[in-house]
Order: sequence, then C-alpha cells, then structure tokens
Amino acid sequence: MAEIKVTHVKKNFGEFVAVRDSTFTVSDGEFFCLLGPSGCGKTTTLRMIAGLELPSEGEIRLGGNDVTFKRASERDIAFVFQLFALYPHMNVRENIGFPLKCDGLGKAEIRRRVEETAQILRITHLLDKSVSGLSGGDRQRVALGRAIVRKPMAFLMDEPLGALDSEFRHVMCGELRALHNRLKATTVYVTHDQIEAMSMADTIAVMNNGFIEQMGSPREIYHRPASLFVADFIGSPAMNFLDTRASLALGTTEISIDGTVVNMPAMRIAVAETELVLGVRPEDVMLTDQSPFRGEVLGVEYLGTTQIVTMTTMRGTVRARVSADVKASLGEHVGLQFRPEKLSVFDKTSGRVLKSALHEGGVHG
Amino acid sequence: MAEVTLVNIHKAFGKTKAVLDLSLTIGNGEFIVLLGPTGAGKTTLLRLVAGLEQPDFGNISIGGFDVTGTPPAGRDVAFVFQQYSLYPHMTVYENLAFPLRSPLRAMNEADINAKVHEIARLVQIEDKLQNQATRLSGGQMQRVAIARALVRSPSIYLMDEPLSSLDAKLRGELRIELKRIQTVLGATILYVTHDQIEAMTLATRIGVMDQGRLVQIGTPREIYTDPVNMYVASRLGSPAINFVPRNVFPDLDAPQSASMIGLRTEHLKITRADAHSATGTVTWVEHLGDQDYLHLDVQNQDVVTLSNPDSGLKTGEVVQITPTSPLFFDSKGERVRV
Repeated sequence: MAEIKVTHVKKNFGEFVAVRDSTFTVSDGEFFCLLGPSGCGKTTTLRMIAGLELPSEGEIRLGGNDVTFKRASERDIAFVFQLFALYPHMNVRENIGFPLKCDGLGKAEIRRRVEETAQILRITHLLDKSVSGLSGGDRQRVALGRAIVRKPMAFLMDEPLGALDSEFRHVMCGELRALHNRLKATTVYVTHDQIEAMSMADTIAVMNNGFIEQMGSPREIYHRPASLFVADFIGSPAMNFLDTRASLALGTTEISIDGTVVNMPAMRIAVAETELVLGVRPEDVMLTDQSPFRGEVLGVEYLGTTQIVTMTTMRGTVRARVSADVKASLGEHVGLQFRPEKLSVFDKTSGRVLKSALHEGGVHG
Repeated sequence: MAEVTLVNIHKAFGKTKAVLDLSLTIGNGEFIVLLGPTGAGKTTLLRLVAGLEQPDFGNISIGGFDVTGTPPAGRDVAFVFQQYSLYPHMTVYENLAFPLRSPLRAMNEADINAKVHEIARLVQIEDKLQNQATRLSGGQMQRVAIARALVRSPSIYLMDEPLSSLDAKLRGELRIELKRIQTVLGATILYVTHDQIEAMTLATRIGVMDQGRLVQIGTPREIYTDPVNMYVASRLGSPAINFVPRNVFPDLDAPQSASMIGLRTEHLKITRADAHSATGTVTWVEHLGDQDYLHLDVQNQDVVTLSNPDSGLKTGEVVQITPTSPLFFDSKGERVRV
C-alpha cells in the first residue's frame, strides 16, 4: 500500500477543461472519496491516477515514485468499475485467481492467495461453486475478491455500486468500509452519491467544474461547508439559504434579516456592506412561537422520529427537521429560530464562506 | 381515476409463491405505497394489476369492472418503470404526444398539443419539449417518463421504483414534486419501493409486504407507531428499531407474554450517569451528516439511537437508559399491546 500524491494536475480535452488544477494527497491506508455531480472531473482525475489518461500538466506520485507518464499496467493499482462483471464460465476460485494467472504466478501461490482472499471476504465455502448460482451479494464479494487478490498499491473505484438497487447499495457500503478497515488499503473512490461518500470516506474532496471546492472529513464538509456549492450538494433535505444585504464587523455575532436579528458564530473578518447568504441546515431550524422571523407551513413530511416541515418565509422556502411530536399543521404561522453556533455566512458573489468562529473547531463537529 | 380492488390474489412461479392470498382496495385518489425488501412480491403485484401477469387465483377489478382476464391494453393503466424507457429518436414533445396519438383515442392535434403543454408545465419540463429525449439529465428523463404516464389520465398509475436510479438530491426533489402532482391531479397511484422515506412521505397508506403476503396496511403514522409485528416495526425508522430481550429491563412494567422489547429513539431516555447508576456505555458516535447515531452497549445488547446534538456524549461515557412506553412483542415476534 502506498501514498498517492497529485500535484497541480490539469487535463484538457481540446477546448474543454476537465480538471483545472488539482492538488491533493491520499495518505497510505486512507479511504479517499472524489464526490461531485456528473461532468465535475472526478472520473477524469481517477483515470489519470490509474494511467488511463495522461494529464496535460502536473505530477502524480505513487508510493514516492513519479508515475505521471507511466502506463496503467506499470502502476500496480487495481481499478474497479461496477462490481458485477464476473466470468460466467469460471467458478469462484478461478474468477478470483484470474488476475494472478495473468501475472504468471505459480499454481501453489495462486491457491494460497485465493484462499487468503476468500477468508478476508468470508466466502471460503463458495470457492468451488459456479458464479451463476450466487446471490447478488456474493457476486459482489467475488468481484471484490478479484480486485484485492493482487495486493496492489492502491484501489481505484469508479462508482462501483452504481448498478445496485438502493437497499443493497447501503449494505455494500457497510461491507466495503469493513473490508477497508481490515485491509487498510489506500483507496480512491469516485461517486456522485453523497450518502456513499459520507458513510465510507476518511476524506472527501467535493469537485465542481473541474475544481476541488473543498477537502475534509465528512463532518467538516457537512458542518463547515467552504462554499455555497458544497453546502447545497451535501445534505438531504438541502441546507436552507437566506439572502440578506449587510455589513459585518470583526467579532460581531449578529446578522440582520428583514429586521430580525439572528445570532451567529463570531466573525473572524470584517465585511463591507454586500450581498450575503445565511446558510442553515434543516436540523438547526427550531420552531418557536416567540421568534419574530415568521413562516407559513406549506408541507409536513412525517418520518417517524422526526418530520420535515416546509415553510414559506419572506426570504423563500425554509425546511426544518424537528421532532415528530412538534405540532405543525398546514397553513399555520410559526416563528423560526436558528441554532446560532451552526450558522454559515457566504459571500453571494464569490460563493465562498466567510470565516467565523465556526471554522476554528469551536463547535463539536 | 377509479377504485381498484384485488380479492384473494395468488400467484406462483413454479414453486416460488410470489403473492399469497392478497386482498386490497385502492380508493379513488389514493396513493398506496407497497414497501418490502427485494423478493417480497411487490413488483409481481404491480404487474398483476397491469395485466402483465395473470393471477393463479383471485379477482382484480378496476372502476367496478372485473378485468382479471383483460389484456394490458384493455385495462387503462399507466406504468412507470425504474429506467426511463423513453423513445430515444423522438423529442420530448413527441415522447409525450405518443400515447395520445393511439388510434383508439382519436384525439386531434390541437387537443394533443394542449395536453402535452399542460403536463409538461406540471412536471416543469416545458422548456425542454423540443430537446431530443436522450439529451437530458437523469432527473429530466425521469420527469419525461412520469409525464408520459400523466398525459393519459388512466384509471390508475402503477409505479415501480421510479426514483431509485436518481441520486439522493434529485430523488428528494422529485419525491416532493410527485406528491404535489398527485395532489393536484387527484391521481390514484400504486407505487412500489423499498425506500422507507419515499413510503412515509408519499403514501396515503403504506402496505407492508413480506414473502408474498400483505402483512399490514395503514397510514404511515399507524405503521410506524402501531406495527402488528417485529417485521413491520423494523421496516420503518432510521435508525432501525432496537429489539432487546425482556429481561434487559427487569424493572420495566410489561405485559405477561412480552418476550422482546422494541425501542425506538423516542422510547429511550438517555442521561449521563455515574458508575453507580449506569445501565449502558456509549460504544460509538456515528456521524451521518444530518444525523448522528449513538451506539450503546446495554448488557451486551447493541442499541442504536439518534443522538441529541446538544448532549455532547462521547465514546466510552456511561449513561442511564430508561425506556418510555416502548413496544412489546411475544416469542413469535407478534405485537403484545399494553
């Protein structure tokens, strides 16, 4: 296993710029996720690490060695596409052992490695079965086995769970992470699914238009989004955005929206009057009678323990995730209050977050 | 729109019993969601209503007419699949107009045009009408697929996981829209999913299926708060309901026949404790973004609950756990009411 170092990597396809200037390091043993919408450059980045595309500029190091212009076959990595493709005419043992056979390993060594792999995946009892009779879950385990049997320096996975139904995807997320905990293999994982990224990754890089907008732990990305894009992309229901025009003094803990004073984390910079966006997660919105910031209930979605209450306010639609025993009925007028320590303030023009006490780790999370 | 009635439906494929003695009435304008894991018989039931499968036994009627032997084309139902299945060589407009151009309808072009525009506006793809159907994003293609079903005003819409191929964000947005559209049109919908959030937020009533049987049917609140057995109780709620043996909480008042206690987040009072009063230990705080799961060890039983963001509980801390009006189940997993 090894560290992956990507430095100032760019990639153009003719006029189109797929990756603008990416720099990041995947530590040895880390589960690193590239997350973003279609066309953001995440797959291109992965393919450059794999050697399936060559960067237009920049450098890629694998375990300390410069591999920027090395062929894919010389890189000692395993690339996993969708996890379903198995050779139907081979049994489980042959499927898992196939990459080793291609590498020209001896029979005894192949046997040893295949059995060790099967043990890790807990499919030893299936080794001599035909793959056609296997359940979906076991097929995935065999496909994984074929990737890990080679003991490559790193795993690169491109939406490996994309073809699965959502129920099964969730199960496989848990298994992939458990497998990672056992193998501690450096892994770069590409997905557009925030739930996959949040539940598996040590570090997430959120990409948009060829840029890495933010890199951090799932908690950092969620609780301290660096930009409006990240704030909006992560979280379901999405973060609420309230537009306001204001100036903010250094150290202030108040911002005014429609004449209502809202408390927030202390500002670490001063901002001259400009268009701002206040970002608040649905679970940080509370319904109280007293608050002067009012909304009318548009919809209530019951979820058991909690419910999502959708309201219209002077500043647009706001969603709150509150306990299911809070009474909220359609058409009712309610007061909204926000958890001050969790609020983010963004510059509307640049889309970037404005530095406040939130970014110093003052809040747990 | 019309009422749809299923009476004592049986369907087997060889030795596999897909649907077992199932009876269900879908009221006019009702949104019924069938919830269950893969293989529970949900999709087979949908296909039986559509006429794509024939029941081995039982009757199906739509709007008062027995359609059990009627072929799909004679049933006046519209089916939306998980995959978009649009006509790739046609524009969005032509895709939507296609079902209306059926010779059976004899609709004139002006009426077709009006209808296509009305529905396109409803699903918010009016600006995409001239686009090639395949040159759209996943979310837009699924909107077109739903719109193509909506133009027809059939007796019932049958939807088989129509949102499951979309990413989380789009799925959330389209879910809200689908509910709005259904309310506006007063449409009757039979909808299959294994996504509990879709089931809870869309359904007038949820039908929970297990191995071909309809185990319980009721409003989302009924299914969640008043499940008939452990299987139904574990279908809804995230984190999932915890089941612990009765003797884990010996001081708790419980019915005689109760052998298991079902505990959801709202059935648990958790307070910081000292070594003396402790009944459990925090083993892990799992961060899932919008919610944190608190994993507790209670006499070697795993209990998972939603963490109160203000509690600040950390791994290794000891807590006192008090159940408050939990659910009880007997040794067979059936509910025991207090």
